[in-house]
Amino acid sequence: MELKKREREARRKRIKNNRVLYLMILPILLWYVLFCYLPIAGGLSLSFRNYRFDMGIWKSPFVGLAHFQKMMTDSEFLRAVSNTIIISLGRIAFQMPCAIAVAVFLNEIRSGKLKKFFQTIITFPHFISWVVLAGILINLFGSGGIINQILGAFGLASVSPIAGAQSFRPFIWISNIWKEVGWDSIIYIAAIASIDPGLYEAAEVDGASRLQRIWHITLPGIRSTIAIMLILAVGQVMTNGSFDQIFNLYSPSVYAVGDTLDTYIFRESFITGGLNFGYSTAIGLFKSVIGIIMITIANKTVTAMGENGLY
Amino acid sequence: MKKSRTFDVVVIIMFAALALLTLYPFYNVIILSFSNTESVAKHIPYLLPFALDLTGYKTIIQDSDFINSLLVSLFVTIVGTAVNMVLSVIAAYVLSRKYLDGRNMIMSVIVFTMLFGGGLVPTYMVIKDMGLINKVWAMILPTAINTYYLIIMKNYFLGLPDGLFEAAKLDGAGEWTMLWKVAFPLSKPIMATFTLFYAVDRWNEWYNALLYINKKALSPLQIYLRDILTSLNSQLSTQAQQMMGSTQKVSTSAVQMATIVITALPIMLVYPYLQKYFVNGVMVGGIKE
Repeated sequence: MELKKREREARRKRIKNNRVLYLMILPILLWYVLFCYLPIAGGLSLSFRNYRFDMGIWKSPFVGLAHFQKMMTDSEFLRAVSNTIIISLGRIAFQMPCAIAVAVFLNEIRSGKLKKFFQTIITFPHFISWVVLAGILINLFGSGGIINQILGAFGLASVSPIAGAQSFRPFIWISNIWKEVGWDSIIYIAAIASIDPGLYEAAEVDGASRLQRIWHITLPGIRSTIAIMLILAVGQVMTNGSFDQIFNLYSPSVYAVGDTLDTYIFRESFITGGLNFGYSTAIGLFKSVIGIIMITIANKTVTAMGENGLY
Repeated sequence: MKKSRTFDVVVIIMFAALALLTLYPFYNVIILSFSNTESVAKHIPYLLPFALDLTGYKTIIQDSDFINSLLVSLFVTIVGTAVNMVLSVIAAYVLSRKYLDGRNMIMSVIVFTMLFGGGLVPTYMVIKDMGLINKVWAMILPTAINTYYLIIMKNYFLGLPDGLFEAAKLDGAGEWTMLWKVAFPLSKPIMATFTLFYAVDRWNEWYNALLYINKKALSPLQIYLRDILTSLNSQLSTQAQQMMGSTQKVSTSAVQMATIVITALPIMLVYPYLQKYFVNGVMVGGIKE
């Protein structure tokens, strides 16, 4: 009892001594409240209301689960869910192996300077916004773009991968690989760098070929990194918005294959939805809830493997 | 041995091809930005810089909306990055103090926002209620802190030797002094890194502008570019249209491409410094405490 009291006393004194620190962090906490928690609270309220301009987020008429019921029969919403999942899974299936391959083969380049040179070049597009990149790609693949000019020079029919329903998803996957493969590979390069060089020397003495060394040393050496990245990526299938990319590249002709939850919410909120704010907010909440459940499971899985999770 | 040499050559050729594939779209934009209707019509496919016409650039520079957008982008980048850094460094420092009661609780409050957000409309409403619509601060305040960067900075501060802080404390240093005189000088590379990352993020910012800004005079360069890409003629000011009308020779594509080049140029300029840091794996440092 006495001890507890003394402990509390000490804690109070510590807090008093550290008041400068609390004052320092106060504006930051205020920012999180205003810009993160207030919208979260607003979203929780609005998802169950029919928004009315005169009544706002907090007082508009309560409609219970009506928005969520509507979702179950809204074909555009269901389409957006499946597009989101397909585009995300395609990303994992195609982009991750590419990033791993880049890291593995970059590691095989003997000259450090050359290695750095290539890495510098292929990482560059990561830092350019999708607004700019969309402009570049549309110009490249557009009807008068260089790709169609070359096809035309060989007498071939012109293509429009960005506007075609068949080609839109592959275009999204490939263009994202083009932008991000260098950046994505960094984490694998770091993992490879921590593999014991003695293993490679021993394998060389044993007469292992370069490909054998990759297969038996490099890849097993980064196996846990690959597993973690895979699990975390799967955990973000619903939330890992390719919003910037798709929003800047898509058009009505590819909505059927390219409209994702984020782009659907955006249009439903500000363009076509007739300002049906309650409904689009409910979709956002649906997405966030599924997202946090999935990422929590993914993170638990990773930490259960004895690795560092996402948080 | 001979086989191994072949392997080297194949790998290098593969990467050379990849590098070419990465750079070609940018090269294509650059040569087109110097083109004009004449050169484009004469050379199909347009694979080389067949013309060195600056009209595209001149047209853009004479558009008063462009100058406006450029100034908005510069303001958002400079002020936004300063706000980003001040808040992130202070937060990272405070949260790296192990003797702070409630530190873990504050961390959870912050990390939760990485996993769960309010969504588009509620955020919009909050920004609107704050009176930020059509204010330049709508492009600065909502992104004032990047939680991911903040956590990496905090982890870096955590790794600094405790002894230095204790010594400073014995000399009577307060928290601000320790932040400024101990933590900061020891973390210059990481400070430089995040200043650059924040600056790139702010320069590339377009989403908040799309949502909260519908005044042309306040549109950043990214939005100006978006507009010019979708509908050139309606978006260029009459002044620039007259300019284009008088020259005839310039193609709309050259104007668009010139805008792309100018919008991407600052990133190209800071890129050599950027890559110096990420190659060392700073960003991979992970999030774990």
